[in-house]
Amino acid sequence: MARLKVNGRVRDVEVSGDTPLLWALREQLELTGAKYGCGIAACGACTVHVDGEAIRSCVLPVSSLTEANEITTIEGLSRSGDHPVQQAWAELDVPQCGYCQPGMIMAVAALLKSTPNATDADIDSSITNICRCGTFARVRKGVHLAKTKS
Amino acid sequence: MSEILSPSRRGFMIGVAGAGMTITFFTACATNEETPEVNAWVQIGRDDTVTIRIARSEMGQGTLTGLAQLVAEELECDWERVVTEFATPGRNLARNKVWRDFSTTGSRGIRNSHDYMREGGAAARMMLVSAAAARWKVPAEECAARASVVTHAPTGRTLRYGQIAAEAAALTPPTEVALKPASEWTIAGQPKRRLDTADKLTGKHLYGADLRLPGMLNASIRQAPKRGAVLKSFDASAVASMPGVRKVVPVGDAAVAVIADTWWRAKSALDALPVEWTPGEGSDFSSAAFEAVLDEGLTAHQAFVGNSAGDARGAIRRAARVVTATYSVPHQAHAPMEPMNATARWTAERCDVWAPTQDAEHALEVAAEAAGLPVEKCEVYPLICGGGFGRRGFADFVEFAVAIAREMPGVHVKALWTREECMQHDFYHPTTKARMTGGLDAQGRLTGLHIRISGQSISAGVAPERLVNGGDPGVFQGLMPPEAPRQDHVLKYSFPNLLIDHAMRNPQVRPGYWRGVNSNQNAIYLECFMDELAHAAGRDPLEFRLAHLGASPKAAAVLRAVAERGDWGKADGKFRGLSSFHTYGGYVAACAEVTVDEHGVLKINRIVAATDPGHVVNPQQVEAQVEGSFVYGLSAMLYGEITVENGEVQQRNFDTYESLRIAEMPKVETIVMPSGGFWGGVGEPTITVAAPAVLNAVFAATGKRVRNLPIKDQNLRTA
Repeated sequence: MARLKVNGRVRDVEVSGDTPLLWALREQLELTGAKYGCGIAACGACTVHVDGEAIRSCVLPVSSLTEANEITTIEGLSRSGDHPVQQAWAELDVPQCGYCQPGMIMAVAALLKSTPNATDADIDSSITNICRCGTFARVRKGVHLAKTKS
Repeated sequence: MSEILSPSRRGFMIGVAGAGMTITFFTACATNEETPEVNAWVQIGRDDTVTIRIARSEMGQGTLTGLAQLVAEELECDWERVVTEFATPGRNLARNKVWRDFSTTGSRGIRNSHDYMREGGAAARMMLVSAAAARWKVPAEECAARASVVTHAPTGRTLRYGQIAAEAAALTPPTEVALKPASEWTIAGQPKRRLDTADKLTGKHLYGADLRLPGMLNASIRQAPKRGAVLKSFDASAVASMPGVRKVVPVGDAAVAVIADTWWRAKSALDALPVEWTPGEGSDFSSAAFEAVLDEGLTAHQAFVGNSAGDARGAIRRAARVVTATYSVPHQAHAPMEPMNATARWTAERCDVWAPTQDAEHALEVAAEAAGLPVEKCEVYPLICGGGFGRRGFADFVEFAVAIAREMPGVHVKALWTREECMQHDFYHPTTKARMTGGLDAQGRLTGLHIRISGQSISAGVAPERLVNGGDPGVFQGLMPPEAPRQDHVLKYSFPNLLIDHAMRNPQVRPGYWRGVNSNQNAIYLECFMDELAHAAGRDPLEFRLAHLGASPKAAAVLRAVAERGDWGKADGKFRGLSSFHTYGGYVAACAEVTVDEHGVLKINRIVAATDPGHVVNPQQVEAQVEGSFVYGLSAMLYGEITVENGEVQQRNFDTYESLRIAEMPKVETIVMPSGGFWGGVGEPTITVAAPAVLNAVFAATGKRVRNLPIKDQNLRTA
């Protein structure tokens, strides 16, 4: 059993402590926006925010979290899908298959929170998510567009 | 529950508890009163919502939106009110294949269905106009449709599509329809935004991996790690008491699965499960040892000729100068971001499958076989795929899901693979080598060219019915002769003396179709060697290529376009490389610009690409495909390599099978230049020109030829 605070609500999850946060979110809380892509924190599809920071939830055991940690998933990023990053993504039609995009959007949202004027160099060093469809050109454009909407 | 899940009920709703959202799986059934089906492609609600049925898969490539644009164009409907739903293969069979082909491979989602789908839209429009005319008792010729409204010109009366759809549906479909010329398009040909984006931005979109059906259990699967091995034994008792575990089951003769309440528990139990395997044919296979087999094929006496003109061997013998080079490409994994999965529910009477598939018809056949049921008692509900790239044209994951579900009759079971399973049990891009031999005369003109390809045939591995006299014509994609049945893969260079042949050498690693398929290595072989020949002849690589493209103005046009926009020949200290290819019916070219620093670190700064696919349905999505194909192709060029040792794939995940990241993404400038008059592919052609353009630019920067891929840790500064 673990007690987690997800998208502003405290929730109890019936899992063993070594269960990765990703699977508690997906299978106990039915928040499937964060995706399983690799399970080894290599691809970033599972990215969520923990206390405002982008975290790869597939390797983070729930035992390392308490209800004091604010967990935000893509479902809780904005009330109606209108976070500046989501707006920019819609405007530029960024996703192709879209499977990596919740993680990509969460990574970018965290970057812009800590670095509102993120440069290309900031993007290069912070956004390391894998996208096999290859949406990177639009992701980059989207980051710069989102800056103007914040 | 069975009533709710009855697939005969159209559009059953499944509540996703807690998240407060619902998802509807449409089963594309016949008409009903609220939303009459005007024809198989078009259904119109009383609120004017137009539902367009799509049989081809959507895996990110945008085909769903493009096909909807084409139907909407002829339907003359309000684009803002268009939604789509997938047709299902079971209904397709029941309706005499009304939606035709579901297969979504070979860059043909649009080019092979645009005609009958546009006709479907046009026929529906004519029926709507006739219905309005009948209601007004006026000749149909006096009525016109636009933006989902029929107007009677003489009186100015109007009727909305939603008001007359039921009457239109009752009419006899027209036997002859005329299609608009592309020059009159207002929806097709426009950079419309995709129809499937919104829910992909909020996490709301449910992929197969996310699916949650009532009472569903989850399965994790492990296949024999070694090629050819089979399951010997497993000790279910060792994991039976682990939390959530329901059952441990063999799957076929070479896999085992744990079924549990959640997937994480299934996977944890599978990790703990003692399993023994019996080695079989291929269990001792090693990629390193297979190199020698490939090398032998490069000079073998016997080979299957794919393209021949004049007397290449003679011309090379008589040449003033002979240039030779040997290239190689390794196996590649597809690695789409969404791991393989399918969800199935089996009973003795019926089997239903939910699957992200590139070919729902094939998935249905495989499901029925695995279910032990006639195909009429099975159905596959296609889902938007989290990437495909050819991997999801196979249906092994459907077979496994059904086999596992048979162990739990009446229960939905989702079988989701780990990334490691996906990486180790793919249908891999084949491995080949090529020995290139070119003869130049004293003036530096290419007088003879021999391309000997040695290596794996995809057809031999997975589609032996496609072999011709034991040879595989598919190996020659993009290199085929002018008289080839596959006109979309004809070589567009004219060479006076040419021989392209293939010595088939098949490793014990199952091959598959991987975005671009054989055109990937064929373009690398040909286009890098054309660069080598040009340099050997002391001629400009652009001019050298154009000298052989006189017979193909379209191929020459895309090459000239990238050279011009890409600043080819400009004396600005930058290093550039060119390539051009004709494949999947598209004419493509690229000009890459790179730097290689003193430590040998390669930076791909810019690639200018041009594509002429004949007609363009959505230019902004074509650009997205070009950019995306470069990421896929350059990932393979830089890092991608699947190697097998003692029968086991050595790469397990993205840490050992790297993919290009945003920091490495070059600036891509795409020139979309449709010349009209034909329908070429888009998803695959441009991937073929990325790697050779970059490799040629690397030579320009370093004087070093990279002939064995991937580049990986080859030092580009050591000659």
